[in-house]
Amino acid sequence: MDALLLFGLLALVGAGLMILFSAGDQNISLVFRQLLRVGTAFLALVFVANIHPDRMRDLAYWIYGVGLILLIAVLAVGDEGKGAQRWLDMGIVRFQPSELMKIAVPLLVAAYIAERPLPPSILRITICLVMIFIPSVLISKQPDLGTSLLIASSGLIVIFLSGVSWRFIVGLFIAAASALPVLWYAMHDYQKQRVLTFLNPERDPLGAGYHIIQSKIAIGSGGLFGRGWLEGTQSNLAFLPERSTDFIFSVIAEEFGLLGVGILLLLYLAIAGRGLYIASRAQSSFARLLAGSISLTFLVGVLVNVGMVTGLLPVVGVPLPLVSYGGTSMVTLLASFGILMSIHTHRRMMES
Amino acid sequence: MKTRLTLKDHFREGRLVNDRLIFSAILAGILFAIILARLAVLQVVEHEHFKTLSHNNRVGIQPLPPQRGIIYDRNGVVLAENIPTFTLELTPERVDSIESTIIRLTELFSLSNDDLTEIKKAIGEQRGFNQVVIKKNLTEKEVALFSVNQHKLTGVDVVARLIRHYPHGALFAHTIGYVGRLNERDQKSVDGKEYKGTLQIGKTGVEKEYEKLLHGKVGYRHIETNVQGRAVRELTRVPSYSGQELFLHLDINLQRVASEVLADYNGAIVALEVKTGGILAMVSKPDFNPNSFVSGISSKEYNLLRDSSDRPLFNRSIRGHYPPASTLKPFVALAGLEMGTARENSKTYCPGWFKLPGHDHRYRCWKTHGHGMVSLKQSLAQSCDVYFYDLANSLGIDQLHGFLDNFGFGNLTGIDVPSESRGLSPSREWKRKAKNQVWYPGETLISGIGQGFNQTTPVQLAQATAMLAMRGVHIKPKVVRATRDHNANELTLLSSEVEESLPVVNKKHWESVIDSMVEVTKGARGTARLLGKALPFEVAGKTGTAQVFGIKQNQKYDAETLEKKLQDHALFVGFAPAKNPEFVIVVVAENGGSGSKVAAPMARKMIQEYFGLVVND
Repeated sequence: MDALLLFGLLALVGAGLMILFSAGDQNISLVFRQLLRVGTAFLALVFVANIHPDRMRDLAYWIYGVGLILLIAVLAVGDEGKGAQRWLDMGIVRFQPSELMKIAVPLLVAAYIAERPLPPSILRITICLVMIFIPSVLISKQPDLGTSLLIASSGLIVIFLSGVSWRFIVGLFIAAASALPVLWYAMHDYQKQRVLTFLNPERDPLGAGYHIIQSKIAIGSGGLFGRGWLEGTQSNLAFLPERSTDFIFSVIAEEFGLLGVGILLLLYLAIAGRGLYIASRAQSSFARLLAGSISLTFLVGVLVNVGMVTGLLPVVGVPLPLVSYGGTSMVTLLASFGILMSIHTHRRMMES
Repeated sequence: MKTRLTLKDHFREGRLVNDRLIFSAILAGILFAIILARLAVLQVVEHEHFKTLSHNNRVGIQPLPPQRGIIYDRNGVVLAENIPTFTLELTPERVDSIESTIIRLTELFSLSNDDLTEIKKAIGEQRGFNQVVIKKNLTEKEVALFSVNQHKLTGVDVVARLIRHYPHGALFAHTIGYVGRLNERDQKSVDGKEYKGTLQIGKTGVEKEYEKLLHGKVGYRHIETNVQGRAVRELTRVPSYSGQELFLHLDINLQRVASEVLADYNGAIVALEVKTGGILAMVSKPDFNPNSFVSGISSKEYNLLRDSSDRPLFNRSIRGHYPPASTLKPFVALAGLEMGTARENSKTYCPGWFKLPGHDHRYRCWKTHGHGMVSLKQSLAQSCDVYFYDLANSLGIDQLHGFLDNFGFGNLTGIDVPSESRGLSPSREWKRKAKNQVWYPGETLISGIGQGFNQTTPVQLAQATAMLAMRGVHIKPKVVRATRDHNANELTLLSSEVEESLPVVNKKHWESVIDSMVEVTKGARGTARLLGKALPFEVAGKTGTAQVFGIKQNQKYDAETLEKKLQDHALFVGFAPAKNPEFVIVVVAENGGSGSKVAAPMARKMIQEYFGLVVND
């Protein structure tokens, strides 16, 4: 249990709940539901924090395997929620296998790479790429572009952190860039629309461009100090859709201004920074890689969401970590922070 | 050995990864700085711009509902139109203080306590930006009153709408039908986009059948609203497109006469134009005022209509099931001639009753002491039951059923109004399927005189009679004659659906039957001999008196003692002129007692009206 990290997380989640109250049109039951989820998530954190990292490493292949099977199951028999097949209804609990993959992929890639001395060979890298892209592609077919990108990046970060040569990285970028046209054709229609609208939101002011336009108005009207808690509801937020989920950052910006979001971003950086510190002090490469990936992927989530909401990136459906309304991602995130805690705590035992 | 390797590995690897971690941290820092810069741009540099956008102005989209197509009779008389109405509405989200606003509204517009309860309830139920109706049908004075006080009533608006109006009220209630509010079920059956801003949709009759044409296309406009939600100016506009206008075959003068002659009887009158199948008049009584339904009928009024034992909401002309009684006889006669079981000149003896061989039951003729020797012509003219018992017996029910089927009995006519009934033309197979019983020969007999299981609708009778008039050509009755785009000058005629269908091989047989029907209205003993009097052409017709209540073997039918509800229905079918028919008339007067005495005179008046003849009777 790492007090600093815990404190940071609690602060963030607490702030999140306050914002949710406003964004959800002052619906207290919404906040209670989220609180329940947060509670469950913290339990998960504690549970995971008590598992030794070595044990996690040993289970890496199994977890990945199970996750992959579930992922395929979802595509075959999954429930549709909001027009996408992402859920498996297990009776008591509705479960998103893609969330499991958020942990399973970096876990496996880190474990696999750490089996041999770093940096990994080309062969190893290739195998890792396969390990990353299979679930990624499957998830993008659900379709859930946002999550698939996050998973891909978590895996790629592990590879990056493991010290592959710069030349190789540049080469990979060039290869990716040339694959873009192919990617374009493979995209669903609505995803193409999103990219086009991103480049010019005014082109579809009542359809897809609406979110971005309203979001910018909300953010911009917040000014330096914001309008005040709960004061954002009057004007734009009645027009801002998804305000308790993807666009919750805009609510924060409108109500707390530049100052507010500045503090929020600092909080995120602080948490991630602590995570990076834990990574640097880890005792095994596996732990180092995993901790680094977790912290950085966390930041990627924040960057993508805020970038999307301010119009710097196209809308890809990535929620704001630990603040956006929603259960399964909260559990996954806090569980991954549990991994961080575990790595930090168990380091003493490995020091000798 | 291994330990040393691991140690070295760890150290070097640790450094390797840590370098990367540092690099990532710096990269993340830079990216966050970029984000922060972006936010600063939005929130500081462009702050005023966005503040203005959100505070003072908002762009809203307003749907422009299309004008519903006007419905005319064949001569251009307006039967359904749209009139403007002003409604006072409140949007709770936009009202600063609901309490004081309501107090002010009560003062200005004299709202009653009931109104206030309704309003407060609606405000509680509505979410956010939906409107609550305060008062409907504002007078011009009230509209002016609102305008003057507008600034004190934030969040309250006067909304102008067009609503449907039927200037002739109950006269076309069943045929044209009415529009009513869109409910959840309606929402599912239409394209939601097209109905934005529209409150009404066709519920019955022509209004429903031709909804797509009548509705038109919705338009949109972008307006800039200020913080009070009032439209400041219009930015762009995509105009709506009015619905198509409909011209009906119906003639309002004929319709009026039909309604007058039917008077207090429940029942229906259908008049048809032979050439096109166009419906010239279609009345069902009792009727109701369709205007009550347009803005939402009060449940009190609706319950009255619904629970009335005379069922005014029920459209008898297309849904009323009546035994055709003797009006079926011309068709039975035709069947007999065609199948060879009857001959034009051969005669049958009617003693007033008929017995099946080997049975004792007497099937009675309406003339207790019988008609004596009668030919086909005489039997039709005088409506002798015995002749037709005999004829039906020779034909057998299935042959009869098959022949009648050609004339549309037991089938839908395909008329262009919804919810038509198909009536019933019995057969062995039908009885087995529907009642799981065997067919009895006695039932064939009473089918032959149009009683028993036989059921027809007035419009079905009209179609069958028209086919008779046209010597076998099948027409589909049609209410709507043409459409017109509101911009255009020309009418687009809807095709009348006419097809050859000759169930009769020997053309002379038509003439036999039709001549006999002329005898009905002209002959000395014809059951409608007063009808054809002093007319410049011959009318072919047939009376019918449909039994509602069975009289025991030896009892007499005494109209006076029998309760009105149990009295026979009075029917008449006919067409004129007999030689080159133009006009078909069907009259059903429920509990009228006698086709000759009650239905035939009504038909005569209709014929006189159609042909523009002077009425002297």
